[in-house]
Amino acid sequence: MSLLEVSGIRKSFGAVSVLHGVDLTVGAGEVVGLIGDNGAGKSTLMKIVTGIYQADAGSITLEGEPVLDLPPGARRARGIEMIYQDLALAKQQDVASNIFLGREPTRSVLGLKLVDRKRMKQEAQAMIDRLGAKLPAINRPVGSFSGGQQQSVAIARALTFNPKIVIMDEPTAALAVREVQSVLDLIRQLKSQGIGVILISHRLNDVLSVTDRIVVLRQGEAAADLVTAKTSMPEIVSAIVGGGGDIAQAAAHEAQG
Amino acid sequence: MSTDTERAPGAWSRLQEKSIDQLHIRLESIIVLVALAALMSVLSPFFLSVSNFMNILLATSTIGVLAIAATFVLSSGGLDLSLGSVMGLSGVVGAAVAVNLGMPTPIAILATIGAGALAGLVNGFVITRGFVPAFIVTLGMLGIARGLALVLSDGRVIYGLPEWMLYLGQGRPFGVPMPVIIFIVVAVIMHVVLAYTRYGRHTLAIGDNENAARTSGIDVEFHRLTLYTLSGALAGLAGLLFATRINSGDPTAGITYELTAITAAIIGGTNLFGGRGSILGTMIGALIMGVLQNGLNLLAVQSYYQQMAIGAVLVLAVFIDQYQQRQETKV
Repeated sequence: MSLLEVSGIRKSFGAVSVLHGVDLTVGAGEVVGLIGDNGAGKSTLMKIVTGIYQADAGSITLEGEPVLDLPPGARRARGIEMIYQDLALAKQQDVASNIFLGREPTRSVLGLKLVDRKRMKQEAQAMIDRLGAKLPAINRPVGSFSGGQQQSVAIARALTFNPKIVIMDEPTAALAVREVQSVLDLIRQLKSQGIGVILISHRLNDVLSVTDRIVVLRQGEAAADLVTAKTSMPEIVSAIVGGGGDIAQAAAHEAQG
Repeated sequence: MSTDTERAPGAWSRLQEKSIDQLHIRLESIIVLVALAALMSVLSPFFLSVSNFMNILLATSTIGVLAIAATFVLSSGGLDLSLGSVMGLSGVVGAAVAVNLGMPTPIAILATIGAGALAGLVNGFVITRGFVPAFIVTLGMLGIARGLALVLSDGRVIYGLPEWMLYLGQGRPFGVPMPVIIFIVVAVIMHVVLAYTRYGRHTLAIGDNENAARTSGIDVEFHRLTLYTLSGALAGLAGLLFATRINSGDPTAGITYELTAITAAIIGGTNLFGGRGSILGTMIGALIMGVLQNGLNLLAVQSYYQQMAIGAVLVLAVFIDQYQQRQETKV
């Protein structure tokens, strides 16, 4: 039994059919790359996994338990976390508020359940330290941080509640070279802890270097499910564009990074 | 490294940080309030007295309750333009239930606040389920509630509220007017709710980044529905305080009060576009306006100039706020 099993997912927006029967599995401690051209349905599929979108048909199970009927908050509680490309941070709120958003610990004061700010700050600081991230101050609004620092907060939010599976949507797209390496290191670290990772990325070199398997989406279908160690850049590029054209040249271009 | 350029924060900024962290207000707003009060006491010998202080609080109570509603809705990224009209409608409903139907006071009180809550629920329902912008929905409600108040009362003021009901508006236990007591109790409760409960924190998060709130598992639509209902209920409470103070349900009560309430919230540091706001700040904002009006009254300045002064304070407050934010985010 895989950690996450996605099967037969269909989704249309009005008359436009975006996904027509997609299957995807992720095992514990497995890193799966999810790639495909713009509009192939990667983000839609992941938003269905997290519960932001409703699927028209299909099933999703986490450790054998169906999750498709659960709202986003309940799926997070089960251990499905996603780091969004736009980071989805509340920029005027501080680091702790963002990390604990929707899951604030409370303490009872005179029968009133008040947010436990002290505990939030301590745990937020501990998580930031564990990630080795450097933030100017933990009680500042997140919007005053640099892009890399904001991403650290988004990552900390995904990892604070011991997730079983972490979905990352283009985590390296907007980062400097050194920051890219630290994200890839983080993915390897999650893998070693037995956490499943789905990596959405256009940077095929990143995907090749860090994943165990690569699933290619093309026009709303899983066009290929490749084992990273046994595949090659031309095979991946061919699966993305669906044959035709000058695959060899495109692959050589991608390989150069 | 950035540590080389970082200076040890001064006493002022440490105090500021503490104030924002603990009280959820900026220090400048308190300083402006105190400075303004000091100026007025120098200019007018009548300003500095307990009875005048009570006058200011009493004059602020109705607007203050509306400003609490405005703060909640604004910090969630919403807008409620129907506050004043719903306040007027609630007062008429309460007076009609008490006077025309002869119902006992508790039922009349419930009807007053309930009418406001119902109007707010309708606002919230159309906004969250009908996907009509809050500006449009509450602008529509501004007209609908005002019209309904005039229809229900036949365009006339409903006089003669029962004695127990009047106590809410005119009673003075220990010399403190009842509206002031109710206003302060509600303000303290709502400050705690906004600043220290999950409900309040989620309100700010929704106003800050709706998408982030949704992906965090917050039911944004339901939360918004409760916010507009709360806003309507507070408008109902304001209507109750006003009607019992003037001993009548006046269908024209509260015209343009929504704008005054929003002004108080903004002067108090609420972000017009959501994500930031505190009830304590709004109370200071409302008091700044109250002190300004009271002081200018005592100095016998024409009320036309008062409007100009408050307009100027509003723009100045937002200017200072924007200026500081630019300074603080400067790299």
